[in-house]
Amino acid sequence: MFGAGGGTSSYRDIEDTDFIVLWGSNARAAHPIFFHHVLTGIRNGAQLYVVDPRRTSSAEWADQWLGIEVGSDIALANTLAREIISAGLVDAEFIGRATTGFDEFRDSVQEWTLERGKQVTGIPAAVIKDLAHAYGNAERAQICWTLGITEHVTGVDNVLSLINLALLTGNVGKPGAGLNPLRGQNNVQGGGDMGAIPNKYPGFRDVESEEDRLRFEKVWGVPLPAKKGLHLSEIFEAMGRRDIRALYVMGENPAESEADVAHARKVLCDLDILVVQDIVLTATAQLADVVLPSAADWCEAEGTVTNSERRVQRCRKALDPPGEARQDLQIIADLARRMGHDWPELTSEDAWDELRSLSKMHEGMSYARLDEHGGLQWPCPDEEHPGTLILHERLWADPLEGEPVPFCPVEWHAPIDVLDEDFPLRLTTVRRLDSYNTGVQTDVLSTAPLRKDESLRISPEDATRLGLADGALARVSSRRGTIEVLVSYDLALRPGLTWMTPHASEEADVNVLTAEDWDPKSGTAEFKAVAIRVDAMTAS
Amino acid sequence: MDLYLSSATATDAERAAVDALIGLPDTRWTGGDRLDAADAITARTGAVARARRTELLPVLHAVQKAIGWVSWGALNYVSLRLTVPPAEAYGVASFYAMLSTEPQAATVIHVCDDVACRIAGAEEIKGALRAELGDHPDPEGACTFLGSPCLGLCERAPAVLVQRSGSHDDLAIAPASPDHVAGLLRSEMTAPDYAEPVASIPQAAGSDRDSLRLLRRIGLLDPTSLDSYRAAGGYGALERAMDLGAEAVRDEVTASKLMGRGGAAFPTGRKWSAVAEQPAQPHYLICNADESEPGTFKDRVLMEGDPFALVEAMTIAAYATGCSYGYLYIRGEYPLATTRLASAIHQVREAGLLGGTDILGRGFAFDIELRRGAGAYICGEETALINSIEGYRGEPRNKPPFPVAVGLFGKPTVINNVETLLSVLDIVLDGGAAYAASGTPDSTGTKLFCLSGYIAKPGVYEVAFGATLRELLEMAGGITGSGKLQAIMLGGAAGSFVTEDALDTPLTFEGTRAIGASLGSGVIFVLDDTVELLDTLTRIAAFFRDESCGQCVPCRVGTVRQEEALVRLGRPSTNGERDVDRALLADVAGVMGDASICGLGHTAATALSSALKAGLLDGAFQRADVTPADSGSGLDETKRMEESR
Repeated sequence: MFGAGGGTSSYRDIEDTDFIVLWGSNARAAHPIFFHHVLTGIRNGAQLYVVDPRRTSSAEWADQWLGIEVGSDIALANTLAREIISAGLVDAEFIGRATTGFDEFRDSVQEWTLERGKQVTGIPAAVIKDLAHAYGNAERAQICWTLGITEHVTGVDNVLSLINLALLTGNVGKPGAGLNPLRGQNNVQGGGDMGAIPNKYPGFRDVESEEDRLRFEKVWGVPLPAKKGLHLSEIFEAMGRRDIRALYVMGENPAESEADVAHARKVLCDLDILVVQDIVLTATAQLADVVLPSAADWCEAEGTVTNSERRVQRCRKALDPPGEARQDLQIIADLARRMGHDWPELTSEDAWDELRSLSKMHEGMSYARLDEHGGLQWPCPDEEHPGTLILHERLWADPLEGEPVPFCPVEWHAPIDVLDEDFPLRLTTVRRLDSYNTGVQTDVLSTAPLRKDESLRISPEDATRLGLADGALARVSSRRGTIEVLVSYDLALRPGLTWMTPHASEEADVNVLTAEDWDPKSGTAEFKAVAIRVDAMTAS
Repeated sequence: MDLYLSSATATDAERAAVDALIGLPDTRWTGGDRLDAADAITARTGAVARARRTELLPVLHAVQKAIGWVSWGALNYVSLRLTVPPAEAYGVASFYAMLSTEPQAATVIHVCDDVACRIAGAEEIKGALRAELGDHPDPEGACTFLGSPCLGLCERAPAVLVQRSGSHDDLAIAPASPDHVAGLLRSEMTAPDYAEPVASIPQAAGSDRDSLRLLRRIGLLDPTSLDSYRAAGGYGALERAMDLGAEAVRDEVTASKLMGRGGAAFPTGRKWSAVAEQPAQPHYLICNADESEPGTFKDRVLMEGDPFALVEAMTIAAYATGCSYGYLYIRGEYPLATTRLASAIHQVREAGLLGGTDILGRGFAFDIELRRGAGAYICGEETALINSIEGYRGEPRNKPPFPVAVGLFGKPTVINNVETLLSVLDIVLDGGAAYAASGTPDSTGTKLFCLSGYIAKPGVYEVAFGATLRELLEMAGGITGSGKLQAIMLGGAAGSFVTEDALDTPLTFEGTRAIGASLGSGVIFVLDDTVELLDTLTRIAAFFRDESCGQCVPCRVGTVRQEEALVRLGRPSTNGERDVDRALLADVAGVMGDASICGLGHTAATALSSALKAGLLDGAFQRADVTPADSGSGLDETKRMEESR
């Protein structure tokens, strides 16, 4: 909607705002550093509302928790939009100057009365209304989200529905206001910025734009494909069709992290060649024909990382990598040479300076300036530029600079994995404070100090009905597969809802259960809304 | 706030004790029943829930009172009810002497063994209790006893405080005798007839009564009756204040040149104006009635004898400074004053002179909440007191910012001592100029002094500023005991020791400053020449070591080093040890004075330093060195100190 993919504001704007919505985000556990900025905001007087099916540790800090039905985010956003419009809380001046498509959008949310919103989301109408009014009345408001929004087949639409709210109220492009997807690692943002996505070159240049392609071909000295590549979910489909028969995996662990992981493991095994480059021998690496041991980027290599507020920061080498491990850059350069390309010896700074020559938004960020400023926020187009604290400030220029932003009406669809008699419970996947995704970095290198046995968390009411004692072993099935896992009671959970983490597949292979269906717009699979049944194990 | 609780659960009795004070939980998320399904989808907690933390100390008091101690299960329930991290709740519960986080006897007798009581027979009382209960009473038995810092009953020393869980009220007994205390153990303890406060005011009996101002009503009215107070002219000052208007009241207080009576002697008018001018809202008023300075009991006598006057004075202060809410923070060891103030506040509120929105028909809204301390000297320090009200450990804050700008709950806060506030009544009634006409130009009005120790008629005395120490001693009937003065502890344990040559010093702020002393809280504790001063100083050192909040290193370590050196001074020494200790004491005093966060550390060495300077410890230092072979075991002494911690 806005173009470049990044949080629109800075951490500073979370600390100095009036209203924060964390939507589908348990930042307290999953983004603990970011949450410190949230806490500063709270101490400075901001209100916090948390939209999450579970009453998470973030929700425990909230002035209002909205325990939304899994997969009904668009219904809630549209209901909020209708209420904000009908209560006259829109920023009409901003809408008129900086946006297009308001009338069509207003008509699209007309059906979303508070009553209908309540039916779909499960949240009392008065509470929805309260959020609408609190957000609509706030001088400066923030919406922050993470995987609870994006790891759905409707992930992109979910995000659009939140952006619509910010456009209605003018809560973007000004201090204290913003839209912020929180990044789960120190360099998730940087990976995308550097073009590690199938449709973009570094700096969000379009792969399918001829002008952009020619520019990159000229500097790189090789012809480049005119069509965008496949995203992760498409790659696994293509592997299933054996259209793809060789795979080079760097720093990913799809043998544990993919939805419907049983299928993923099968197609990985069916490849002609699988090359894995990683810092440890992951489950995926164990399936590989060739393993290239890699240096750990945060301590054994030079380079940069980019965080959730678009700040590029330098990373410095503190240790020599162990054994035969080498920095990714060296591995790739050597591969290129073996393939007959005459690549020179490259330092990280050489690679960075090349990027700066191709990506306008990084051009002003020399290593020297990154050192001097303690990192800079993109866009930073020249060496005089101080970096950009807030994106899209142009929307507040009068007259507007550039194109107005369109409203994007989005329709709510019920989760594809429907609940029925056979699969009556909703399973959602979540992260915990002490672990990251499949645990490659948090569990393989060392045992997390707070680690408890991985289990299916279930309400005592559901468990009792199913004859499951706290700590019992149960058989959990979805339409994809079945696993055996311990159950544990979660007193904070409402009946009907269950959760697991993806952190320890050896104990709880949750992605056997998740659905491989993916969002056609983002390629992200459905990790959050799974229909399951839970059966007590009968003595055998 | 995400709370991580242990598996310990509260008993029904513990929950009931909490719920009786703060009501039943309204959601499952704050301690309610899980099966109440309505809130499984939404929760409204956040800032509102976290704001309940201020109820922490009252709730812990309630549990201590009902159960006799605060268990892990109770702490978990309290944490959930008030949204306090359990580690912090424990930090608060373990901060105060009157709260126990271990099982404890239902009756705990706190035997004051501080400076005044230890020369009046505290050890005999402990001996009687030991004879009844054994040397090491079972902490979980029916009754136990503990040594206590000053209980603020010095004019009737020796004193004990009987802290009782269950339905019985706490009892303060003074004077206490060994027989009486031992007898208490054998029969059902009943409330003694309290000595009426007027008994603590020797001037009230004679012709001096006419000269009394702050003390003038005590003994002449019924301290449990608002009608009696009003019949004596009570609430005339509030009417007068409202006739004048808030700004004019502040002007009168400024014109009066009234200085704070809590020890720091800050101009009250300046403090009030500073708060009144703060744009941030609301403003808070705190009456600091956490009178804990050893040797001090004047505020207790005022509150027991004239409680309505304090309520009226607080209302005037709030009116003058734009405060909508006030806290009266009274020390936990004052059961009678607490009862009388609670009753006074209730009666005044019933009469429409507190609460509501329209006091005296002037559109002014103000209410007072009575808060009890729980045994922590440091909470008399204003920012520690503020933290205590907020539900934190009573640890002083760094200043600036000062409470006038950033005080209670981060808002502008007036915090005044009891005596200071009561002085305002006459300032309003008679005008600031009239008030300033009494006393001296730099120390206006009258001042209360607490006389105790070897003095014929101990008690609270009120004199216009300017009277000399000698005159005060004469008013109080002269020195008893041997009749020969050794020293006077002036201003409290945080004050100084002065000797014969200071007797003609006028007791004014400027007069005492001129001799390197201070008025402090008005303590005049008289020691005859039979008192072992080293023992008194060692008790003072132990007091500061025990009462240091531990937050800053100079005070936490310095108070320990100081006590250790004094203990060594009391036993045979090895070669050269005395010189090392003299230098050590000077170093420690310097570091504590320079680098401590608050006044406790700043003054923890002043009494000792003054005694050293006056040569009062020369005898101890001159005791002949002995060889190590003769010195006996210093380990016993070290062990004793460890146990006393």
